[in-house]
Amino acid sequence: MWKFIIRRLIITFPQLIVLSVLIFLMAQAMPGDALTGQVDPNVSPAIKEQLREKLGLNDPWHIKYADWVGGVVQGDFGDSFRFKMPVTDLLEQRIINSFWLAVVTLIFTYIIAVPLGLLSGRYNDTILDSSITGYTYIGFATPLFIFALIMLWIFGYQLGWFPTSGSVSPGLEPGSLEYIISKFNHLLLPAISMALIQTVSTVQYLRSEIVDTKQKEFIVTARAKGASEARVYNKHILRNSLLPIAAFFGYEITMLITGTIFVEQIFGYPGMGQLFLESINLRDYSVVNAIVLLFGSAAILGALLSDIILSIIDPRIRIK
Amino acid sequence: MEMNTMNMENESQDPNKSPSGLRILWKEIVRDKLALFSLLLLVVIIIFVYGISLILDQDEIVTVDLFAIHEAPSEEFILGTDYGGRDVFGQLIIGTRNSLSIGILVTLISGVFGIAFGLIAGFFGGHTDNSMMRVLDFFQILPFTMLVIVFISIVPSYTILAFSLIMAAFSWMGIARLIRSKALQEKELDYVQASKTLGTSNMKIIFREVMPNISSLIIVTMTLNLAANIGLESGLSFLGFGFPENTPSLGTLLSYATNPQTLEYRWWIWLPAAILILVLMLSVRNVGEALRRATDARQRRG
Repeated sequence: MWKFIIRRLIITFPQLIVLSVLIFLMAQAMPGDALTGQVDPNVSPAIKEQLREKLGLNDPWHIKYADWVGGVVQGDFGDSFRFKMPVTDLLEQRIINSFWLAVVTLIFTYIIAVPLGLLSGRYNDTILDSSITGYTYIGFATPLFIFALIMLWIFGYQLGWFPTSGSVSPGLEPGSLEYIISKFNHLLLPAISMALIQTVSTVQYLRSEIVDTKQKEFIVTARAKGASEARVYNKHILRNSLLPIAAFFGYEITMLITGTIFVEQIFGYPGMGQLFLESINLRDYSVVNAIVLLFGSAAILGALLSDIILSIIDPRIRIK
Repeated sequence: MEMNTMNMENESQDPNKSPSGLRILWKEIVRDKLALFSLLLLVVIIIFVYGISLILDQDEIVTVDLFAIHEAPSEEFILGTDYGGRDVFGQLIIGTRNSLSIGILVTLISGVFGIAFGLIAGFFGGHTDNSMMRVLDFFQILPFTMLVIVFISIVPSYTILAFSLIMAAFSWMGIARLIRSKALQEKELDYVQASKTLGTSNMKIIFREVMPNISSLIIVTMTLNLAANIGLESGLSFLGFGFPENTPSLGTLLSYATNPQTLEYRWWIWLPAAILILVLMLSVRNVGEALRRATDARQRRG
């Protein structure tokens, strides 16, 4: 097993390096550099040139890349020209918001997926099963942003059950109970919308897993021993089917990232996804690069984590 | 219908011949009432949309009319007007046409590349396969939407072709993986071995012999991809990274709903587009699912 983990790690490092090179090249292709927007237009070109020399903007690309990576490793992503502050400080608050959105979404994803998958798999080919399968079928074909818009329209505006934008009501003191409740209230609708769509693949997986396991010999044996239906499902089948699902959460990160871009935009939720779109519209590229690098690395590390967990619980899938 | 008569002819020629791939696909669709209905609906939508957009003048529809801003549905404007006084119904028709066309274009480009990639990786196997699959893994992990948005914003000359190429560059992985696993099985079969012994070149075996044999899988995957790509394109247009505003897509109409006033009070601007996207994606998917069942003899209904 250690062999697999090491092999998997050896694949991960080149992935991270390729990602960083890709982002670096993108950054080079983007118009403007660290001096754009910062330098007084009255400064003469000669002094500008001196500044460029001093900042290393005239270096060959491999030295620039090394400088950039060196900075990134130490958490230095440069300055945002829009906010005139270090990107790292700017990201801090946004990351926390997006993190909570992701956590609550994941929790809802599993809260929805496990019972539905279980019922659908246990009572397969009944009306209950076909309605759950129908839901997953439609959910699979529905784009998240349309679903989120309709949810916002119905529950946010028409019924008025949920706040329609922001991450917290204004005027509340941070840390107070009302503040936390308001934060959670703002999270609820975006998270549920995202979970309802993204959960469908997990439901489908769990269902087919349970339908398969039901006919395995060890289940027949358990039944023959006289184990009750409840025991067969809760002890024997569930344990076998739930582990892979729990391990999937690393893969879900890529999906969550795509989801947050749309959902944060629709619900006006100030997280990383919204910051990404704002920054790209205002050509604030140091922020864009930092976010792409962070999200890309998160996705790569998430996949690494899931692969390792899956290889521990299911030895068959270890790559050679 | 054309396909049906073609099959009838086949039948009359040789009744003992086993049914062709296309015929099995057709039979499955006819058996599955939902898929048949979806297919007819799609055909109707396509004829309607492409037909009407011939009469409609895109320039006239996207021209701003300040005297008719945000009008509710009336006899003059069946679905009212948007914030620039432009006819929503006209935009809906042209938007559907544009979304469908770009969806098909992206599906074809990513399909061609993905199929070639998958066939080569699967056919050669071994080290070639291994290294190609690592590249594929990498692409598949990357957050697709973000990179597409970044590339779209930095590409110097932004055209519809550039947009489709960027989208295709990040969406060929699914089909490549599928085709590769099929090609891995296929290359062990006798006909490939026989062809190799005869000295046929690898490229000829791959593209002239193996590819036709997995054509039904290709058709199925492309159909399902089409549904996904229509959704992706409208999503990108929704975020403002699709077509420019003077080339409306279904996503452009939905993007007006990011204005809370529009979302809350002017449903006629965005709701029809939302429903239309859902109908399109579900119909294409219904057809695709029926085709998928047809390629697996155990799941066939017909």
